Amino acid sequence: MKIRIKFSKYGVMKYVGHLDMMRFFQKAMRRAFIPIAYSEGFSPHQIMSFAAPLGVGMESQGEYMDIEVTSMEGMEGAIKRLQETMVEGIEIQGLKKLPESEKSAMSQVKRAAYWIGQREGTAVFQENFFSQKNLDEKLKEFYMYPGEIIVTKQTKRSEKIIDIKPMIYKMEVLKEGIYMEVAAGSTENIKPTMVLKEFCSFHHIPYEEKNIQIIRMDLYTEKDGMPISLGETGEIL
Amino acid sequence: MRKLAFKDEILNRVEKPARYIGNEVNSVMKDKKEIAIRFCMCFPDVYEIGMSHLGIQILYDMFNQREDVWCERVYSPWIDAHEEMKRENIPLFALESQDPIKEFDFLGITIQYEMCYTNILQILDLSGIPLFSKEREEEPIVIGGGPCVYNPEPLADFFDLFYIGEGETVYYHLLDLYKEHKKQRGKRKDFLKKAAKIPGIYVPSFYHVSYKEDGTIQSFFPVEDGIPNMVHKELEMNLQETYYPLKPVVPFLRATQDRVVLEIQRGCIRGCRFCQAGMIYRPVRERDVNKLKEYASEMLKNTGYEEISLSSLSSSDYSHLEELVSFLIDQCKERGVNISLPSLRIDSFSLDVMSKIQDIRKSSLTFAPEAGSQRLRNVINKGLTEEEILGGASLAFKGGWNRVKLYFMLGLPTETEEDMYGIAMLSDKIARIYYETIPKEERNGKVQIVASTSFFIPKPFTPFQWAKMDTKEEFIKKARIVNHAMKEQLNRKSIKYNWHEPHVSQLEGVLARGDRRVGMAILSAYKKGSIFDAWTEHFQETNWLEAFMENHISIDFYTTRERDLDEILPWDFIDTGVTKEFLKKEWEKALKEQETPNCKERCSGCGARKFGGGVCYEN
Repeated sequence: MKIRIKFSKYGVMKYVGHLDMMRFFQKAMRRAFIPIAYSEGFSPHQIMSFAAPLGVGMESQGEYMDIEVTSMEGMEGAIKRLQETMVEGIEIQGLKKLPESEKSAMSQVKRAAYWIGQREGTAVFQENFFSQKNLDEKLKEFYMYPGEIIVTKQTKRSEKIIDIKPMIYKMEVLKEGIYMEVAAGSTENIKPTMVLKEFCSFHHIPYEEKNIQIIRMDLYTEKDGMPISLGETGEIL
Repeated sequence: MRKLAFKDEILNRVEKPARYIGNEVNSVMKDKKEIAIRFCMCFPDVYEIGMSHLGIQILYDMFNQREDVWCERVYSPWIDAHEEMKRENIPLFALESQDPIKEFDFLGITIQYEMCYTNILQILDLSGIPLFSKEREEEPIVIGGGPCVYNPEPLADFFDLFYIGEGETVYYHLLDLYKEHKKQRGKRKDFLKKAAKIPGIYVPSFYHVSYKEDGTIQSFFPVEDGIPNMVHKELEMNLQETYYPLKPVVPFLRATQDRVVLEIQRGCIRGCRFCQAGMIYRPVRERDVNKLKEYASEMLKNTGYEEISLSSLSSSDYSHLEELVSFLIDQCKERGVNISLPSLRIDSFSLDVMSKIQDIRKSSLTFAPEAGSQRLRNVINKGLTEEEILGGASLAFKGGWNRVKLYFMLGLPTETEEDMYGIAMLSDKIARIYYETIPKEERNGKVQIVASTSFFIPKPFTPFQWAKMDTKEEFIKKARIVNHAMKEQLNRKSIKYNWHEPHVSQLEGVLARGDRRVGMAILSAYKKGSIFDAWTEHFQETNWLEAFMENHISIDFYTTRERDLDEILPWDFIDTGVTKEFLKKEWEKALKEQETPNCKERCSGCGARKFGGGVCYEN
């Protein structure tokens, strides 16, 4: 039986990387007596997969992982049990039973929403950058721009030249910061910092990464070209 | 939300920022306003190494059981973080509260190997604590423990006190004493004076050493009234009832020892003459098997670990090993937990167990003959014969194994070229057994034998404490002889030979048997930028050679010089229970190639019987 778990990650936990988060949750499953299924073989591992790795230093309000469990009886009260084994900075937001035909979160994810703003207690990133009056217009100007926005993307082996324009779905001002929806997942994926950097260069604003903070707001799949949050599917446990 | 000592900018820059954030499962948070004593436990190496250490987990748990104490942890900041801290003037902090170490009452440093000595200075330096104990006033009391304090002399000037022996026994006493002292706003020196009277506590500043013209020790004595002449090691005789950390801290990062650790016994019955642990932890004391079963279940539940391992010296000698291992196999299967076994004596029992929990094709057998010939194995009292090794190997090959690891030492006392050839010959004999026992059609490829040699370093409180250590050049020559001999063997293509570079061994040799004068060289090396000496890629030999030269310290005096039996050794003021007379007798027997039976066969009168328990009274 497939279960999707939604959680948030914030505070000091943003410094725990993706692989270590996986190991953290593997242990949490045991501490919370979740009847998780194991693979066969001499060193069996839990059947668990994450929707999309989150970069070190980023917070998130919408992280997802899918697990396979062996019994639904053992899932009673699971959300409470799991929550009790968490540390400060990781919160379980919801547990849902997925239809058996549901594809994994990892293969479904198509878009990610991010919020980028000023990091607390740091020198101001480009004076009044996030609160400038015409920021909204500048954003619109950028993502409505009819031409291409070409960037060079470093991969492990080579450099790739791509147009990121079609990968930006939305950009707007939100709470003294920028909200954006961009392509994510295995086929197309861009980092929010890259978008911000291109935005700055588009408007000839100097770009500096160090005083910003990024929060991933949610992850989406697509149905008929429309975004659907990964948290939508399944029945609440 | 906890506030971190490092700002985001630094954490985003350094490698593995999770090393510095604390917040791990089972880490202990307290309200510092309600605490009388703040203790910071330190393992002076990088987080992933330090978090693997059971001793700190035991003491962390034990201290935090007291309501008046908050025990926290600190590890060596990695080189990138070290540089950030130096540049930005950030004082070293404890992981839990993120408060500067300098604000603590105690800084307790576990000293597990000689190559971490410069990291101890790094910890003090980054904390803003004066390196020399005599220059400290309001700073934390710096206390050292662990196996290296059986010769604490090279570090004597940097520590306020050393705790010699096992931590379970007198730490509470020390903490009570401190609490009283703090309440009365007493002077640092008065506290140290009282502490020095607690058994097991050594306050180096209360002792004076003088030297003869030839550089050996003339005299060693206390310079204050009421300070004991000898410091007696502390040990926990009641292992059944003592503390065990049932909720160990679980790191986010993958630690070297990333699993539940079950300590099954302390001490070793074997009496190998090169082995310090085998002497200083006497007598052997076993833990109760039923308690261990409870601990295992409880710890797996509290941590969620996917693996459990047993820890002890010579685990095959634990009386209830079979019962414990069968229990764990049953328990672990249900929970999807793996068992990792310590190296066991290869016999039908251990092979049966191994086949149940490991993939035979991927696992290997381990033998530690330590020496290549029976003659030399008698010298070192390694009670392992060639028949046992070959018999074990043959049994294992029939069971489907075809990988063997062999561990040897070069430079052991009385070693001849024949002994070195013996290493190659024994490796070859094992390969022959494989090809003789397993018919061609049943073989799963070639046999793979990996033979490794390390260099022998004489350690205090062993029968070889008087022995000459080889020079670097001699070591290299010997490794070449072995390598050459390997190439002459029939099955050379099945054997791989590894040896380490001898530079680190030489330094370890100086520090292991060093005296107080060596401390200045440690300081010089640190000032030249040496830290993480235990990490091959960071070890800088030239720093150390210059440091010894500048401080007029002869490496040979500490390494290649054979000591007279009546010489005062720097560590002679410590009483481990094992008498110097016994060690002398063992040294003499070694030279005569005579063996000594193990503690279960017969008592050889080492002196540890005086502790009134353990293996000495079990038979």
